[in-house]
Amino acid sequence: MSRITPWEKAVRYVLLLAVLALTVGPFLWQLSTSLKSTTEDIYTSPPRFLPAHPTGHNYAEVAKIVPVWDYALNSLKVAAANVLTNLAGASMAGYALARLRFRGRRAAGLAFVAAVLVPLESIVVAQFTMMRDLELNNTLVAVVLPGAVGALNVLLMRNAFAALPYETEEAAVIDGANAWQRFVRVALPSVKGTLAVVAIFSFMGAWDDFLWPLIVLSDPDRFTLTVGLNYLHGTFQQDPRLVAAGTVIAVAPLVVMFVCLQRYFFRGVGEGAVKG
Amino acid sequence: MKRVRMHRAVSPWLFLLPGLGTVAAFNLYPFLTTFHKAFTDARTLTPGSWVGLRNFRELLEDEQFWVALRNSGLYVVLVVPFTVLLPLLLALLVQKRIPGVTFFRSAFYTPVVASVVVVALIWEWMLDDRGLVNAVLRFLGAGPVSFLGDEWLLLFSAMALTVWKGLGYYMIIYLAALANVPRELHEAAAVDGAGALRRFTAVTVPAVRSTMVLVGALSSVAAFKVFSEVYLLAGPTGGPAGQDTTLVMLLQRTGTGLGGRVGYSSAISLIVFAVALLLMLLVLRAGRRNGQG
Repeated sequence: MSRITPWEKAVRYVLLLAVLALTVGPFLWQLSTSLKSTTEDIYTSPPRFLPAHPTGHNYAEVAKIVPVWDYALNSLKVAAANVLTNLAGASMAGYALARLRFRGRRAAGLAFVAAVLVPLESIVVAQFTMMRDLELNNTLVAVVLPGAVGALNVLLMRNAFAALPYETEEAAVIDGANAWQRFVRVALPSVKGTLAVVAIFSFMGAWDDFLWPLIVLSDPDRFTLTVGLNYLHGTFQQDPRLVAAGTVIAVAPLVVMFVCLQRYFFRGVGEGAVKG
Repeated sequence: MKRVRMHRAVSPWLFLLPGLGTVAAFNLYPFLTTFHKAFTDARTLTPGSWVGLRNFRELLEDEQFWVALRNSGLYVVLVVPFTVLLPLLLALLVQKRIPGVTFFRSAFYTPVVASVVVVALIWEWMLDDRGLVNAVLRFLGAGPVSFLGDEWLLLFSAMALTVWKGLGYYMIIYLAALANVPRELHEAAAVDGAGALRRFTAVTVPAVRSTMVLVGALSSVAAFKVFSEVYLLAGPTGGPAGQDTTLVMLLQRTGTGLGGRVGYSSAISLIVFAVALLLMLLVLRAGRRNGQG
């Protein structure tokens, strides 16, 4: 470990604090705005960073204008469904690709690689027409379906299973366990870390997604949080306090989740980027 | 015996069914229909008929298309250098194990976790004519600057937002790469009297070059497909006189809704797909050539 001079240390901390102000500052400013009362001037110069009389008023108010808690519930449903379908679908497919021998395995693997290469943005219109034909438009099911099993997640799970030593399953094979039993009892418990990564990124992806729900949902009652916030900001732009309250509601759950599960967030970036 | 063999042949496909089914139905099939519809005059409610290259010829004469292509292209040119370089510097900053550095590392990742809608609304409020940035400018005796009123400032603001939101993500990718750079290299260079800048260009950059190429590829594809940042800051119609429309905004606007021109929009989709693929190949190739040189 190379030594570090006090001077360099000081410079490093100054830079770290500057970047901190740039990256986290805007969120705190938004939180502060959301807590400022209607009578407080939010346009002062120099800006006042702390609310004079912190109030939860804006949170109650925003819920009167748009059903923000219903939107949050819709987002939660979509995100939870996305986690479950991805965990089940990606681990099963990944296991088959990594551990089972059958004709067509290469072709199946290539299908997932091809799907990763197709940008979602270039097929959203086709997906939209498809949902119309299936008469699923404007439902939460339509929001979930296209990403129900992400191709990238399948490849992540395949890599995780492929990295397991064969001995793990050998004993189970000798005991006469079939593929399903080996999958559930032996293989799955050995890849918990990757499962956590898939779960977290599925949750975050669904909770934060904007383009697809914007296209497929047209009825304000069915909106997810992101689409609802866009709607709120388009209609009631005049009061930044209310928009701020809405954004805080949307971002808080993920920040809490991130603080608790950082390890997996970082691991997911590495695996997703390198193997995607 | 026969039962067992049957079982073997069938069960892999049962494992694959949910995943392969979803991917085939909602990724690969829509891609094929996009390919087909690009050569038809399909609309949302009518399947349409074959029109050959008409959509593409119309695109060439569509002023909005050229504006959108320019904006998406500019997005790549102006965003990618920053997303390749800034997160690397940031990674170097949080790599050194000094007290509290893991806190900073996590904190810098916050914008990645937040939805693009959330961060766009935060930025919109900060860049408002009477928002935080202008309040500070006014306090310093400058401004106000109408960041969101001018077509170019608006586009640049959206780009800054994209760079800002990606900082933490690419930083983590770089951290993983930096962890594999032997410390002795740096120490040897320091002993030889190389300054910080020299060590950066002579040791760090060559060592993480392949990661820089990867980040370049990922971020150029992402930048070309930009939608949310510009849509949210500029509005659905793309800012003053639609001058901030991007390609994905254009395909979303033309292809959806009851009267959506699915055929025309599919032609734009194909162009997005082709350019995204091309960008990826170009960057990866450039990386390989540099590596040999």
